[in-house]
Amino acid sequence: MREATTMTRRTFAKAAGLAGLAAAGAGASSGLFGEAPKAFADEEASDEQIVYTHCHVNCGGACVLQCHVKDGELAYVESDTAGSSEFGGVQARACLRGRSIRRWLGSDERLNYPMKRVEGTKRGDGKYEQISWDEALDTIASEMKRIRETYGSESIFIQECSGVEQNIMMNNPFFRLSNLLGGEVTRYGSYSSASISFGAYPYVYGGSWGNRSFKTLQDGELVVMFGFSPNDMRMAGDGPGYDLAVAMEQKGVRVINIDPRRTETCTNLGAEWIPIVPGTDAALVAALAHELIANNLIDTEFVNKYVVGFNEDTMPEDAKGQHLSYYDYVKGTGYDMVEKTPEWASAITRIPAERISQLAQEIGTAKPCFICQGLGMQRHANGDNASRSVMALALMVGQVGKPGTTSGGTIGNGGIGLSSLPTGDNPVTVQFPQYLWPEAIRDGEKLTATHDGIKGADKLNVGIKMLINYGNNMMANQNGDINTTTDILRDESKCEFILQYDVAWTDSCNWADIVLPDLTPQETYSLSAAGECNDIAGIRFGQPLYEPKFERREIYEVCAELAERLGVGDEFTDGGLTREDWCRRQYDELVETVGDTYDMPTYDEGVAMGAFSYDIAPSMDNDPFIDDPEANPLTTVTGKAQIYSPEIAEMAKTWTLDESEKNAITAIPTYVPGPDSADDVTDEFPFQFVDFHHKCTTHSTYAHNPVVQEMAPFQAWINPIDAERMGISDLDTVRLTSAQGSMITQAKVTNRIMPGVIMHAQGSWHSAPAEGDRTDTGRCTNTLTSRQRNPISKGTGQHSLICAIEKVEE
Amino acid sequence: MTQYGFYFDATRCTGCKTCEAACRDYHNLDLGTTFRHVYELEGGGWNQAEDGTWTTDSFTYYTSFACQHCDDPACMHVCPTGAMHKDENGIVSVDTGRCIGCGYCHMACPYDAPFVDRAKGHSVKCDGCKDRIAEGKQPMCVEACSMRALQFAPVDQLPEGERAAVAPLPDPELTKPNLYIKNCAAAHAVGDTSCRVANEAEVK
Repeated sequence: MREATTMTRRTFAKAAGLAGLAAAGAGASSGLFGEAPKAFADEEASDEQIVYTHCHVNCGGACVLQCHVKDGELAYVESDTAGSSEFGGVQARACLRGRSIRRWLGSDERLNYPMKRVEGTKRGDGKYEQISWDEALDTIASEMKRIRETYGSESIFIQECSGVEQNIMMNNPFFRLSNLLGGEVTRYGSYSSASISFGAYPYVYGGSWGNRSFKTLQDGELVVMFGFSPNDMRMAGDGPGYDLAVAMEQKGVRVINIDPRRTETCTNLGAEWIPIVPGTDAALVAALAHELIANNLIDTEFVNKYVVGFNEDTMPEDAKGQHLSYYDYVKGTGYDMVEKTPEWASAITRIPAERISQLAQEIGTAKPCFICQGLGMQRHANGDNASRSVMALALMVGQVGKPGTTSGGTIGNGGIGLSSLPTGDNPVTVQFPQYLWPEAIRDGEKLTATHDGIKGADKLNVGIKMLINYGNNMMANQNGDINTTTDILRDESKCEFILQYDVAWTDSCNWADIVLPDLTPQETYSLSAAGECNDIAGIRFGQPLYEPKFERREIYEVCAELAERLGVGDEFTDGGLTREDWCRRQYDELVETVGDTYDMPTYDEGVAMGAFSYDIAPSMDNDPFIDDPEANPLTTVTGKAQIYSPEIAEMAKTWTLDESEKNAITAIPTYVPGPDSADDVTDEFPFQFVDFHHKCTTHSTYAHNPVVQEMAPFQAWINPIDAERMGISDLDTVRLTSAQGSMITQAKVTNRIMPGVIMHAQGSWHSAPAEGDRTDTGRCTNTLTSRQRNPISKGTGQHSLICAIEKVEE
Repeated sequence: MTQYGFYFDATRCTGCKTCEAACRDYHNLDLGTTFRHVYELEGGGWNQAEDGTWTTDSFTYYTSFACQHCDDPACMHVCPTGAMHKDENGIVSVDTGRCIGCGYCHMACPYDAPFVDRAKGHSVKCDGCKDRIAEGKQPMCVEACSMRALQFAPVDQLPEGERAAVAPLPDPELTKPNLYIKNCAAAHAVGDTSCRVANEAEVK
């Protein structure tokens, strides 16, 4: 239990008569609220105040920032000191990124004033002039009106946001405003997880199903992770990387990590690393299935009861007798008629055949066995199939839906579902896949349902004419193939108006017509829920650390002013509510909903405490589908878990793919080497290239914080064997080149990467001229990546890539 | 005299550097300077079989350390003014009034702990966050570690660990550092030259 011992004057006024508290350990607390306030007496005497806020930037964590503020400036940051500091206890301790936020808030790269592109210059020229907020908002409002009237509501798109995701506002004020005016075209899927969410889960389980967190791990059990690095990028003190480490130490859990790179789970923590050629996981799974079959390690009883499509017996009636099962694929009696022996897979994955056989033995005999995947694998070509294949592996050994397991998909999470600002109803139902937003600008009405995955209509009726970017760096950083993307943006006849509204001047600003300066979540009222990637029920309360500086303004107030200009001001603010009012309202509604389940503080008590967390005890129950599949069917068309998907079989008949995509829609998760796979390396581009999430950033958030860059630089990881061959030494300046573009960066020569592969932390800020050879000196990996998309989900397959590397003489 | 020291559970460390980040923030250190270092060490190699498959016996491990507040501090021995001293808790710190900024301490310390802040005109180093210790709190690095891999306490109250005898650290006999380590499986002994520092630029 924690007591708020220091408070700001502002919070004191609100919290008068109330008490602070926190709880850790579900059910361990009751009656903790309502005590008299303590320790406010020193406040006038002290020039230092503690103001609570949080770091929640889409890594999955929601970490407490206990900020020491002196003379209106942030002096230093502590994190979560409530709860238990013992190993295994719950504290949302911020990682190096959150702990370094003081330098970030004061960065020279912050946006301070509204800016507009200088007349007569083109997008990408980078020439901007300061304007007043009135001029900026007048322009945006009139463009909203003009474009809606000219092209219809379907021509307006509000981009995915990442840097402010999951807090009380997100980019919802723009949706709320737009919906009051007629709505907008929307996207489905996210950049991060489109292939697993829209190309795998729906067809295997009918949707996300069966995911459990590492807290479910049992004594001595085996964890097998495909392309997952929770200790690299989800570093919160209550996050999944921590949970896994606790289970390894306290429960003797053994971990095998299959990845082209030695992740942090395989450094000091001591997990076993099996290096694999990027993009070949589905081939490995096929050979594992071969060995499971050969050694009678398939859980036949489970498969017969719960699974469709493993073998002939479990095929749907209309697909029987055609050798379409996964068994036929593996045994070489169907599909390509090639037996998927360990030797077959070893030539593809470069994993020794005997290790594959041994791994099958380990997976087939471990009960329970926790088989999971990260999100990297599904961002490769045919990542839909790769993702489904790992789910199929878990199904074949019956390790889903029970304690100690997950779904073969991602790990699970749970928490308190805090609702963000209500957006109202959007009358426009047409949606496109998130990854294809540049194509939705360029090709517009040419995008169809059966070629491009348009939902809610047979095709788009109009291209995107107005692009609203808030809290993202999508245009010239976080989207595949920056050069192609910005070529599309440069053409003002396509997208006629672009807004960029962010906290810092990223290269994406250089492609906007108007740029607005935002407050960070630490500079305004904020409210966030924990539990995005872990099993933690908790809320984080955020108060502004200081008064707004320069002319920075937060999104809700700005959208309210736009609403006023467009005649919907009162509806937008619901009669004049402020951002802080909404925080209070949404929280109060939450207490009404779940206050019986969790002992929750009042809003004012929460503000004084900054945060509360309850550890969620793992369920020891089977999923209802496992207990009684007849009574509790899944929502797939067959009601069972599907290794063979009738939905995808139908899709394969009706959808069209570009020949050049080298993709395939297959009803079972076959291995399909897509374009730019290991098979495709050439003398010109002799390496596979993959970018990865590193401790230096979350996506591109914080990427230009110099203190973090010193500790965790953006580098191209290359194996010593390759480096020697290429004449490259550690820390050399190198040029990476793909068919899409070229970038300058620094080499890290390390055994942590398998030969033939170069990997580079993603998220660094693009810095390149808009014309000429467009070499990027900002170490932004999307200079290299492609517009490759996956066949089922239309999610990104951009991580399948081949490249060249050469030393650059400085 | 009480002797405080650090304990580092290497089996929990993931090399995230949050310890270093928290220290830099709290002590408001300039860019390019740090009191705490996180070394990434690696060794071993790769072997390709005739069938083209790869195996590796490589390893990587991290060691996080700051000033060791040694029993026999090299920095103190070479200090010409007596500015470098041990206090009643065994914490080695700088009397800034006496320090002339000569830099001998920086050159003598085998752990790269003290360095001269030219703007301030004197040496600076980890002081065990002694102001926080006096308030009953933990040093920033300890409190920050999400993996609970660090502890700081009187050495007789620390968990059992080996006295800082892991590569790339120097032989603990040199200065008798008050750093006790629970080694991870990948650790190699002091003096092992089969491994190399893999993050040289980050620990300069």
